[in-house]
Amino acid sequence: MTTRILALVAALALLGTVPYWVPGIYYTNVASQILFYAIFALGLNVLAGYAGLVSLGHAGLFGVTAYATGYMLQLGFGHPIAILIALLISMISMAIYAALSLRATGIGFIMITLALGEILWGLAYRWISLTGGDNGLNLKTRPEPFGYSLSDVNTFYYATLIIFLFSLATMTVFVRSPFGAALMGTRDQPRRMNALGYHVWAIRFYACMFSGLLTSVSAILFVYYTQFISPQTLALTASAEVLLMVISGGAGTLLGPIVGAGLVVVVKTVVSGFIERWNFLLGTIFVAIVILMPEGLVPGTVRLWRLAWRKFAGSPRAMTRDAEAKP
Amino acid sequence: MNLWLVLAVNSITFGGLLFLLSAGFSLIFGLMRIPNLTHGSLFMVGAYIGVTFVLGIRGFQMNIWLAAILATLTVAALGALAERLLLRRLPGDQLAQVLVTLGLSFMAADLCLMIWGGDPISVPTPAELEGFVSIGVLVFPAYRLAIIVIAAVFAAALWLLLDRTRLGAMIRAGVDDPDMARVVGIRVSQLFTIVFALGAGLAAFAGIIGGPILTVYPGLDQDMLPLALVVVILGGTGSLLGSFVGSIMVGFIYNFGQALLPELAYFVLFLPMLLVLLLRPQGLFGRHVP
Repeated sequence: MTTRILALVAALALLGTVPYWVPGIYYTNVASQILFYAIFALGLNVLAGYAGLVSLGHAGLFGVTAYATGYMLQLGFGHPIAILIALLISMISMAIYAALSLRATGIGFIMITLALGEILWGLAYRWISLTGGDNGLNLKTRPEPFGYSLSDVNTFYYATLIIFLFSLATMTVFVRSPFGAALMGTRDQPRRMNALGYHVWAIRFYACMFSGLLTSVSAILFVYYTQFISPQTLALTASAEVLLMVISGGAGTLLGPIVGAGLVVVVKTVVSGFIERWNFLLGTIFVAIVILMPEGLVPGTVRLWRLAWRKFAGSPRAMTRDAEAKP
Repeated sequence: MNLWLVLAVNSITFGGLLFLLSAGFSLIFGLMRIPNLTHGSLFMVGAYIGVTFVLGIRGFQMNIWLAAILATLTVAALGALAERLLLRRLPGDQLAQVLVTLGLSFMAADLCLMIWGGDPISVPTPAELEGFVSIGVLVFPAYRLAIIVIAAVFAAALWLLLDRTRLGAMIRAGVDDPDMARVVGIRVSQLFTIVFALGAGLAAFAGIIGGPILTVYPGLDQDMLPLALVVVILGGTGSLLGSFVGSIMVGFIYNFGQALLPELAYFVLFLPMLLVLLLRPQGLFGRHVP
């Protein structure tokens, strides 16, 4: 337990001082990207990891929030009002999205969410009078909460960090709450949960809404970060990218999606400096992870670490701990 | 000529192409229980390979039908290979299989961009079908009529295959109850490969014969895959009749939508899907909810 607290303090100290130990503001910006994508991945993890509902249309919802924020700002609203209206629109869209896709589970759910995501993408692409089509929407300014201008790289990073930590804390509470337990119950044994008197559909619906909320929060950070939104943000590749974050890190774990977000953002940023073929690499990593390490990097590394520990150290204490962890 | 009639002919043509695309999609879904997310890519790869043959390799040009047959066979072989080498390694894990097909579709899209570049390639209409056909007072473009005829022939052939042959009976048994089919001695895993290759070949064939109408461009896969998904959601999985009716419906909705509400063409597709999901989640002709 003490090691856990120590690790937590060390991680917080590292995150809190990022602008001071990275080589330049470019890297601070990469860190901000990792953090808001991590919020997005946490949001998808609620569904893909804890509810067993793999959504392939989440980039569509992400885009709805981003476009709504951009459009409200273009209409001349102030930042707080624009953000509030965008959140409201996103929650309504999420409710419709959930009501439609929860007609099915498993593969059917994937198929419906994929179709919905593509339809949202098609709307962003073709409904030019609203979205500007391929030219996208530009945001002129970033907000200035409490007098701190988010145009400053470091301030933006810290704002993102605070929202990220808040989201992570919410996730932790959610996972340990009775609602989290009920959700995992509907993932593993929906019929038994139903027999026990739980309203499976309603539990899944609320999980969708929670996932949608995290998604919209990350989308608002994203749209203020790039100050630009185009249909590319809603494409199937974007949905797959965030799903890759969740799966590569470890679906249904608290830290997995964060590690996955870091991995995908770093690989994407570093690699796109050298080659243009990001999508090819994305596809390859996807296939490789699914075939070689289906449980994800975090649980996979833990498993390998335990295995290595047992082989090399061979201490009986490690053996018993492993035996305990198994069932 | 009457605008509505032109639109209707275009809709049926497009519906025919969609049928070729989604029949395989629906059969793979029915048998293997996975939506094959590479299906759009197979359509695009077929179109690219076909157009390469049509435009000629080292000055040797082929007519479109020969090119279509070659492209179909190549893509069918690729599909069988992907099924054998990758999907086969994840037995029973449908989620992993879907994700592998998704990863493959990204790889295919990027490879096509690498090989054929980003510019759209137009496919020449075969010379013998370039003109118009007049029926009574009405005039139709010959190539579109040819596609309608081809789609109808394929629909009939597929129906015969599924309804009248031993292989078709085995496929139907696999769709209805794979476990029971195994028990009575049908090698369902072999059927997987056959159906996957058949579906891949049909998609590629649709891609190349649709070439003169749609042209071939990067992103064609992402345009076609959602249409195939909507067809299967409408018609129901594993049902040939379902994909036929669904394709014609989507063909009409998509073409009329594009003519009347160009900005919302994609969105109007959503309405019939919504109605079907609300009233009949298994699809119009499907037997079980996916």
